[in-house]
Amino acid sequence: MMPNAGNRVPQGLADDRLGLWQALLQQFGLQRWSQYVRQHWSGQRLVVAVPWLWLFLFFVVPFLIVFKISFSEIRLAMPPYAPLFEWLEEGKRLVTTLNLGNYAFILSDNLYISTFAYSLKVAAVSTLLCLLIGYPMAYAIARSAPTARSLFLMLIILPFWTSFLLRVYAWVGLLKTDGVINNTLLAVGLIDTPLTLLYTDFAVYIGIVYSYLPFMILPLYANLEKHDLTLLEAAADLGARPFKAFLRITLPLSVPGIVAGCLLVFIPAVGEFVIPSLLGRADQLMIGRILSDEFFANRDWPVASAVAIVMLLALLLPIMLFQRYQRRELEAAKR
Amino acid sequence: MAEKIIDRSNEYIRIEGVTKRFGEFVAVDNVSLNVYKGEIFCLLGGSGCGKTTLLRMLAGFEAPTSGRILIDGQDMADIPPYERPVNMMFQSYALFPHMTVAANVAFGLEQEGLTRAEIDRRVGEMLDIVKLGDFGRRKPHQLSGGQRQRVALARALVKRPKLLLLDEPLGALDRKLREHTQFELINLQEQLGVTFVVVTHDQEEAMTLASRIGVMNKGQIVQVGTPTEIYEFPSSRFVADFIGSVNMFDGQLVEDEPGHVRIRCPELEATVYVSHGISAAPDAKVSVAIRPEKIEMTRTAPEGSENRARGVVKEIAYMGDMSVYLVRLDSGRIVRVTIPNIERHDERIVWEETVYLNWHPSSPVVLSQ
Repeated sequence: MMPNAGNRVPQGLADDRLGLWQALLQQFGLQRWSQYVRQHWSGQRLVVAVPWLWLFLFFVVPFLIVFKISFSEIRLAMPPYAPLFEWLEEGKRLVTTLNLGNYAFILSDNLYISTFAYSLKVAAVSTLLCLLIGYPMAYAIARSAPTARSLFLMLIILPFWTSFLLRVYAWVGLLKTDGVINNTLLAVGLIDTPLTLLYTDFAVYIGIVYSYLPFMILPLYANLEKHDLTLLEAAADLGARPFKAFLRITLPLSVPGIVAGCLLVFIPAVGEFVIPSLLGRADQLMIGRILSDEFFANRDWPVASAVAIVMLLALLLPIMLFQRYQRRELEAAKR
Repeated sequence: MAEKIIDRSNEYIRIEGVTKRFGEFVAVDNVSLNVYKGEIFCLLGGSGCGKTTLLRMLAGFEAPTSGRILIDGQDMADIPPYERPVNMMFQSYALFPHMTVAANVAFGLEQEGLTRAEIDRRVGEMLDIVKLGDFGRRKPHQLSGGQRQRVALARALVKRPKLLLLDEPLGALDRKLREHTQFELINLQEQLGVTFVVVTHDQEEAMTLASRIGVMNKGQIVQVGTPTEIYEFPSSRFVADFIGSVNMFDGQLVEDEPGHVRIRCPELEATVYVSHGISAAPDAKVSVAIRPEKIEMTRTAPEGSENRARGVVKEIAYMGDMSVYLVRLDSGRIVRVTIPNIERHDERIVWEETVYLNWHPSSPVVLSQ
């Protein structure tokens, strides 16, 4: 703005030149710019821009780097992979070496295939177990007295106050051959020889279910707590016994909570590294372990990157399905 | 209003001394009540008077703390809601949001183990009755309030219950739709021969729907009667006050004969002459209740020395079909008078005019204090 500009203009300056200046200032000046910002950069946009920027810097960019490395060849150098683009003959010729060998290697080697399959199986079984254990818990909390609910929720969240790693290590102490469980069973006289609990699939399931159960319970609780209980009264009034009413009313209405809980357990469980490393079998690795071995032990960055990309694609599918489901729910709720 | 004939030989619901306590709070206090087959019985009262709790006890969602409920001669004490011959229409309608309209209506029939063909036939029939034949495949959130109400009604009626409980059935509808739906409800009830028990806080709704009304206050039934009985012969100050508007004058019995009584009220200069006897102790303190539409308002003094008053018009509210006048008597008391607007261009009484009020000796209702 130049509100008093007219007063301060020297005598000799022609009127049309003054007009031109004002027009230019209005066209390109601060006022114009701030107006543009106000119109097109609302506060809402700025707020959304922060997480977008964050995701771009720390997810999209690293992903693109990993994606690029996955097409390179391994090389004994630093960094330990061949560049994708190279200028030969003093910058006259650009050579692109796109190497699909890493993917071919992963998909042909049984180790990787079976590891993928095992990881997906472990994640799927753990998710199902979490659902079977978590649903009744979430249901019980949602139907308990409002004053008791916050206490129960607190108890669900309480384990998070201890380090995840410590809690998994604690399971080693419980499950090992001369651990708490075996010693107790021996002392009571239920068994004669210690059970092999540690370094088994069983131990991995226990570890994953124990660690991820809250991620199943919390979204389920959030869903179940909102249910309109008169719907169950209506079902009873129409002749449905309580269990039938649960199957026909409560269960279908809690599907969004089930989907959210399952994804929150399944996705991190597929790539789980710590739990299978500490509790799992030595002869059957999970994909997270393969990734770390390729990267740190073998220093084969390109293959490690390819493994990461394949895993991401495998996980992207359920995420996209979830997104589509959520969008549909939102649209249905809007009407 | 034409009163429906109630067949009192055919008792359907008997409520015997039912009390319901929630902790210290007594929601329903020793209620005894009979409802006859084929009638529309309205439980009318303000919020928190216990009418909904009584309805929920009939449906089986609450158990009485003491007392008995018999439906069709059967004690309901140990019968869960899903085995009662009763269906309910909920105030919120409680439609299943994840099911289509047809699936909502079919739900109750599916519990009876009927064949799919039979279910589809009866659902189709019922949807036609409530004029939603083309809406079977919609979801509840795609319907208007009035349509949802009809789905809820269809869902409750499709099981052909002998008793339908309705919790504020018209509460969520706008005025025009309410009136229309009221008559539809009555038609349906006559067509299907179902006994209705309706809970409402809206006296107009109760008046038009009900064959009999039970007025509730603080957990107790204070009066049971036909709409006319309730309106014309309220048995207590509470009922007179709650149903419609009324001018209430406190006074003292000065003459008590079997055929008539005379009452002197400090707020009225003339005595009140009532052409029917009452049962009260001589010199008892009583209240005289006169409905606003039963008072005649004139510019000239009426004949006779009783049942009259003089005052000045202080307020006029034009309602279209009638006008409400607030008249201040010489004693300072404000009296409400309603006059139908029969003529379009009349020398209507205006503000600050002095007017004379009078009423017929049969109009006042004498209530004990």
